[in-house]
Amino acid sequence: MKPMKTLFAAALAGGLAISSFAAQAQNTIKVGVLHSLSGTMAISETTLKDVMLMLIEEQNKKGGVLGKKLEAVVVDPASNWPLFAEKARELLTKDKVAATFGCWTSVSRKSVLPVFEELNGVLFYPVQYEGEESSKNIFYTGAAPNQQAIPAVDYLMENEKVQRWVLAGTDYVYPRTTNKILEAYLKAKGVKSEDIMINYTPFGHSDWQTIVSDVKKFGSTGKKTAVVSTINGDANVPFYKELGNQGIKATDIPVVAFSVGEEELAGIDTKPLVGHLAAWNYFQSVENADNKAFIEKWKTYTKNPKRVTNDPMEAHVIGFNMWVKAVEKAGTTDPSAVIDALVGVSVPNLTGGYSTMMPNHHITKPVLIGEIKADGQFSIVSQTAGLVVGDEWSDFLEGSKDLISDWRAPMSCGNFNVKTGKCGGAGK
Amino acid sequence: MPSRILLPLVAMLALLASAIGMPASASPADDAFAKLASDQFAQIEQGIVDLSAIGTPEAATVLEALSETKLFYAPDKSLVIRKSESQLVSPSGALLREAPAGLKQVRINNRVRRALESALGSLTLISPDPAKRKAAAEAVFKARDPLALPLITQALSRESDAGVKDTMVRARAAIVLASSESANLDRINAIELLAEKGDQDVLALFSTVKATAPATVKQAIDTAINAIERRLALLSSVQNALYGLSLGSVLLLAAIGLAITFGVMGIINMAHGEMVMIGAYTTFMVQEVIRARYPALFDWSLLIALPLAFLTAGAVGLVLERSIIRFLYGRPLETLLATWGVSLMLQQAVRSMFGPTNREVGAPAFMSGSVDLFGLTITSGRLWIIVFSLVVFVVLSLVLRATSFGLKMRAVTQNRRMAAAMGIRTPWIDSLTFALGSGIAGIAGVALSQIDNVSPNLGQGYIIDSFMVVVFGGVGNLWGTLVAALTLGVANKFLEPLAGAVLGKIVVLVFIILFIQKRPRGLFALKGRAVEA
Repeated sequence: MKPMKTLFAAALAGGLAISSFAAQAQNTIKVGVLHSLSGTMAISETTLKDVMLMLIEEQNKKGGVLGKKLEAVVVDPASNWPLFAEKARELLTKDKVAATFGCWTSVSRKSVLPVFEELNGVLFYPVQYEGEESSKNIFYTGAAPNQQAIPAVDYLMENEKVQRWVLAGTDYVYPRTTNKILEAYLKAKGVKSEDIMINYTPFGHSDWQTIVSDVKKFGSTGKKTAVVSTINGDANVPFYKELGNQGIKATDIPVVAFSVGEEELAGIDTKPLVGHLAAWNYFQSVENADNKAFIEKWKTYTKNPKRVTNDPMEAHVIGFNMWVKAVEKAGTTDPSAVIDALVGVSVPNLTGGYSTMMPNHHITKPVLIGEIKADGQFSIVSQTAGLVVGDEWSDFLEGSKDLISDWRAPMSCGNFNVKTGKCGGAGK
Repeated sequence: MPSRILLPLVAMLALLASAIGMPASASPADDAFAKLASDQFAQIEQGIVDLSAIGTPEAATVLEALSETKLFYAPDKSLVIRKSESQLVSPSGALLREAPAGLKQVRINNRVRRALESALGSLTLISPDPAKRKAAAEAVFKARDPLALPLITQALSRESDAGVKDTMVRARAAIVLASSESANLDRINAIELLAEKGDQDVLALFSTVKATAPATVKQAIDTAINAIERRLALLSSVQNALYGLSLGSVLLLAAIGLAITFGVMGIINMAHGEMVMIGAYTTFMVQEVIRARYPALFDWSLLIALPLAFLTAGAVGLVLERSIIRFLYGRPLETLLATWGVSLMLQQAVRSMFGPTNREVGAPAFMSGSVDLFGLTITSGRLWIIVFSLVVFVVLSLVLRATSFGLKMRAVTQNRRMAAAMGIRTPWIDSLTFALGSGIAGIAGVALSQIDNVSPNLGQGYIIDSFMVVVFGGVGNLWGTLVAALTLGVANKFLEPLAGAVLGKIVVLVFIILFIQKRPRGLFALKGRAVEA
């Protein structure tokens, strides 16, 4: 609440002294923060808003960017997809922000995409997503499917010798596309279709009895079974509760989730969940000095020693540092120059390495697999040897495997078809 | 604990060792301990297997510490057990003065955990605690390690608890069946024994064994599998009905308060879901206080929360009625908009007070876990909710039928002017009725906190379903609400396996729309003057 108040006070002070405000306005660079602070998505997005405010405050302490102070412009799209587009337009036209950090869920991103392309803005999207998209104006700092889903499946195949797969997800675009990719990938690995069970549930599904008992049945053929969960947000708690209650332990049927992190676990009794897995590019339990310092800063900033950090927060940290570096490299905040400067920028991530912005506007990240511990944190059981480059067009989907994206001149194309040699090779 | 139990075993082993003339100190245990002091899961797993074969009390202590994540290792590969924050001991039990530098935790993953379970399974088969013995027998059943056969046979001979004995018999049968060294006749006997209480686990065992079994055994397995599958298919419809009942009871709980405010009073209360949420948050607050001050009372937390949730939600309802709704009687559209606004305000208020993230509401011991009925698994929490919703229903009906307040309430809703003429203070009855409906919603929140997220969005998930139930059941009729809730629950659960959760929900919705076309007043329509009022 405090940063909101200071922001408000700053705005008020500026409003009172208009002349000084005008002078000040030239000396600040505005940064848009487009995260829902009310409505269903507030549960995840409020945290990201706080992270952005913390990062901006910290950067200002270091002297800002290009000798100017940064100024956060926080707007609330209220978990309402069309409102995301409206607020994005407001940020770009009225506030004239130099860059925007925001959105959660692909629907909100797809809603603002045309606005950012039309007005030539810069958006950093911090959440894992299904891929199959590339925009000149959007930088994807969350994981693409090959940076999360596929390594997780590989882990289960190698270490748990899983042969039967339940792909369970909430019914919307991210789980549907991810599961399509996973299904193609599993079949390419020789898994038969009768060994794959796909199940979709509505948003906020809370009665999991039937599905969990189906999973149990599916897993009782003697072949090792695992659940790959793309179940979103709120529905996870009752799902895991039901698993625990029906006695499905991680040693019998492990569940690997792509949307369950430290923040989501903070609201559950995690003892029955010990051993279930999650795949991310960052865990709070990563041990190194950078991460330790970040966690410390976060706890001080939120004045809550129990606050946890999670993967999308790290994505914002990386994205913000990349933007700062690119602006300094370009010497201006002009979007076109910054977009060009961003490609190739490399900054330290919190897992002890460096993340680089690739020409396809995705970044390189390590992939970590963690097992849930009794205290709600993750014990990291596997980490990819090197960094994985985000692959926007999946290699396992018909129509998308021939596409590549490279936003550098002279190609400057988001969907170049290597077969036909033309840009705009269309996804389908 | 296990050290005491294992003493006889150890003594035996020690005798054995000395008989061979091997010095006890140069034990293979040290090798195994060294394997545990590693960050490679495969090596840790090997260490566990070695230790379970060694079976000394030291080994058991170490394994137990590992399963409780209390095992650490120093850079020189010596193991340290952290008994408590300040107490560090070595595997032999010697107290360490100070913590060695660079202590690292021995990490476990699922593979290690599985190895641990089966190792501890054979090591704790003779524990004095029946629950531990049962868990051990279950672990043996899952691991089917032929090496555990003499152990379990021995444990079986001295077992007195019938339930544990049953599990042990099955575990023994599983080992016999899985081992290719047992005689075919023994294996077939084992199949028959296991098939008697055939559930999913047995089915899994059978399918695994089938692949490598000789022809005669295979045949017996096939017959057994068929029999089990037939029974399970039969059970699955019973299971669906039970799950439906459970979903229905949740719907009933969510809707029953609305049956009063909307059904009886005719107020379209969009903030109904938020009353449920307030109830859930009251439960959270109660548990917070109990956790901090009176941990012994935790199992009673829900009972304590019930009256408080009723009062809190009821009070909010009362304020809402007095300050807004009473000015809008007879204007349903405006009531709808106003209460919807109130619902958003309540949500945001809770969000800024408690934060947007989920709050943890724990389950008392009697509500966690599940009950096994003839191979059906039913969550205890859900079972309690079925009971609870029926109790709420009965109590509420009694309040309406048999109390003076209920009489006045019915009088006011049936004929307001006549009731006023008889000296009933109708505005007060309106307020109290609305408060009652809201209070009941608060009580529902206590129950729903057990199965759903306690977040500011809790209520939103139930509002549509609640209206659906009340409209379908017939406005103004509690029995209608009961029947409608259970019907919708069961219908949903029978559709779900066929059509999937998403389509199932749509089908139910379409059905209700069609039904309302045919019978606009729902299942149980009120007749008489109330309809016109």
